[in-house]
Amino acid sequence: MITINGDEYESEMTGKTIKEMIDTLKFDERTIAVELNEDIISKNNYSNQVLKDGDIVEVVSFVGGG
Amino acid sequence: MLTKQKWQEALSRRHGRETQNKFENATVAICGLGGLGSNIAISLARAGVGTLILIDFDKVDITNLHRQQYKASQIGMDKTDALKENLLEINPFINLIAYNVMLDENNVFQYVKDADIICEAFDKAENKAMLVNCVLDSFSDKKIVSSSGMAGFGDANEIKTTRINERFYLCGDRKSDVNFCASLVSARVMLCASHAALKILQIIKET
Repeated sequence: MITINGDEYESEMTGKTIKEMIDTLKFDERTIAVELNEDIISKNNYSNQVLKDGDIVEVVSFVGGG
Repeated sequence: MLTKQKWQEALSRRHGRETQNKFENATVAICGLGGLGSNIAISLARAGVGTLILIDFDKVDITNLHRQQYKASQIGMDKTDALKENLLEINPFINLIAYNVMLDENNVFQYVKDADIICEAFDKAENKAMLVNCVLDSFSDKKIVSSSGMAGFGDANEIKTTRINERFYLCGDRKSDVNFCASLVSARVMLCASHAALKILQIIKET
């Protein structure tokens, strides 16, 4: 089970890279920060980091204004 | 006559000498001096934060006066110069370092490296993401307080401060995008700015 922004995924995200997860869930890579198990993942590693069972992901999406 | 000692004593009466010493010794970088950044800077200056690094490339425009801490007489001035003037009128003893530059992933490090805490106060979502990712990547010890979602006339109670992890705090309602809400109101932007300023002061106080 992988949890992404509070939603649980039994198996469909297991083995996907962060980049694949972002594309599948249609996040905009330019306006996000990705936290995996309390650590922010560097953008350089989006294509290397593979999701595994038990991972907890938070994708922070920024919106404009300020 | 107002002296630094009298200023520090007055602040110590408000929040205690120990806290005053911590604030005095802190350096905060404020990236973006618009609706968020100028308001955050004012709050931190009033609280007695010792050093502010102010970063923006823009000039004061008439449409800024609606929510940003500038005056009509300052229209056309660089925001760095105008905000420095305004901050020194409030706290004559604050140490201000101003950079009239546009930050990008290549120069963030050099401009914020001397700060203990970095405040993200940009207006574009891509730049917010850039700064947060850069700071968390480039430094292992610095914290960032960022803001996202303060547009429109929605409920004040939706503005929150969230701890994303031990180095990353996010203020705002995380959804009200200025591009979709088509409005900003000073009171709501200031509410988000206050969240950010308070979180920064809490972090300093707890070190």
